[in-house]
Amino acid sequence: MLRRAMDDGQRQVRLSILGSVEHNFFTNGSVELFDSAGQGRLDAFFLGGGQIDGQANVNLVGTGEYPQSDVRWPGSFGSAYLYFTVPRVILFREEHSPRVFVDKVDFISAPGVSPPGVYRPGGPIALLTGKGLFSFDRARPGFRLESIHPGHDLDEIVAATGFGFDHTDAPPTTIPPDAAALSLLRGRVLDELEETYPAFAADWRRDLAGATAKDVSA
Amino acid sequence: MTANLQDLARHVKPGQCVALPVDYAGVSMAMTRPLIEHGAGDLHLVCVPTGGLQVDQLIGSGLVRRVETSAVSLGEAGGAPRFNQAVREGRIELRDATCPAIHAGLLAAQKGVPFIPIRGLIGSDLLARRDDWRLTENPFSDLPDPIVLIPAITPDIAIFHAPMADMQGNVWIGRRRELAAMAYAARETLVTVERIVEHSLLADETTAAGTLPALYVTDIAVAPRGAWPYGLWGEYDTDTAELIRYARAARSEDGFAEYMSRAEVPV
Repeated sequence: MLRRAMDDGQRQVRLSILGSVEHNFFTNGSVELFDSAGQGRLDAFFLGGGQIDGQANVNLVGTGEYPQSDVRWPGSFGSAYLYFTVPRVILFREEHSPRVFVDKVDFISAPGVSPPGVYRPGGPIALLTGKGLFSFDRARPGFRLESIHPGHDLDEIVAATGFGFDHTDAPPTTIPPDAAALSLLRGRVLDELEETYPAFAADWRRDLAGATAKDVSA
Repeated sequence: MTANLQDLARHVKPGQCVALPVDYAGVSMAMTRPLIEHGAGDLHLVCVPTGGLQVDQLIGSGLVRRVETSAVSLGEAGGAPRFNQAVREGRIELRDATCPAIHAGLLAAQKGVPFIPIRGLIGSDLLARRDDWRLTENPFSDLPDPIVLIPAITPDIAIFHAPMADMQGNVWIGRRRELAAMAYAARETLVTVERIVEHSLLADETTAAGTLPALYVTDIAVAPRGAWPYGLWGEYDTDTAELIRYARAARSEDGFAEYMSRAEVPV
């Protein structure tokens, strides 16, 4: 949504948000997203995970033994298909902890890589967390820490990550959004999100109001 | 020509396979309590392609034996509490799927063919756990090309909610084509609508393209705000506060029972 807002007046990214009426250009029901992906019409997709491991396997089903999971999550959604068919899948999870980033997922909703001979034009390229940004090398396979968000450090990320990953001795700091981007995020993007995620938008607005109040009192 | 909700519910027999739509497509929440009162249990639910409040309430009421779905959740209100507990206690049989596999199964039924091949899935535990899916080789390829076959899903009954139907029983579904996919695949289709219109939906080309013909519709009942607390596209928004109220109440079996015993008052 930020990309689209920044490209206003130019050629803009086509964006389909699941569950949205306004930000959804499909007219053939929910199957059209998957048909588009199967044909290679989708360039990128954002995918979260209950657990993600060092091979980029994603678990959206639950922890412990299947089917009687200790903690049951909603389910795999379209991951077992889109992870194979969309070239640039960006994994994201704000909580960066050893219970999320595990050595091996308890259930593979969608595998990070496939053996030769399996039709696999798609897959993960990156993982964004609350602490840092990783890239994913499908050939190795494995993650590499590209940058660390302000306020965090390498030791903390190593301790919070249940799998090994590549990194330099001193990874760079993630570049924070500039004033224009922040203003779009907190304005237009927040407004546009509200249709599909009203509770999330309300929380964000409360946070922003709280931060403003703190600034004033400081 | 229209029935009441209780008439609709009586179509459902114990042990049947029932297809229900994703939360944003047009869920007939108005049918949930009549289905529970009717009491036909041992149901096999097929979520097209995911489930939410209605599925959670049917499970909580003990009517469900098996759930075939890509996910069950209350969206922003969090996990589906009755579903999650039933999973933990092993009280429902799970057929975990992925969205396009459910669409593929319905499409096979629509076409009257035994299966449809789909990409993806290879190497997932979904495939490993589904003894009704098959991994085969693409017979048209010279090189090895493994591909998964999804068997036809033929629901006994599909149930959904839409804005309008006409006097002939045609139903306007707009661009929510998964509703048509459900009806094409199912043996019977039960529809609730916001209203009945006097003119034929097929007479006007503007509405005809988004109309499910009466051929696929078994019975219709009028239920204003019938998707509440879910929204209905083009009509009203989701009542997220009510979903959150339910999610809190249904954390315990008692809280669920208490919530369900209250009279439903669409706002």
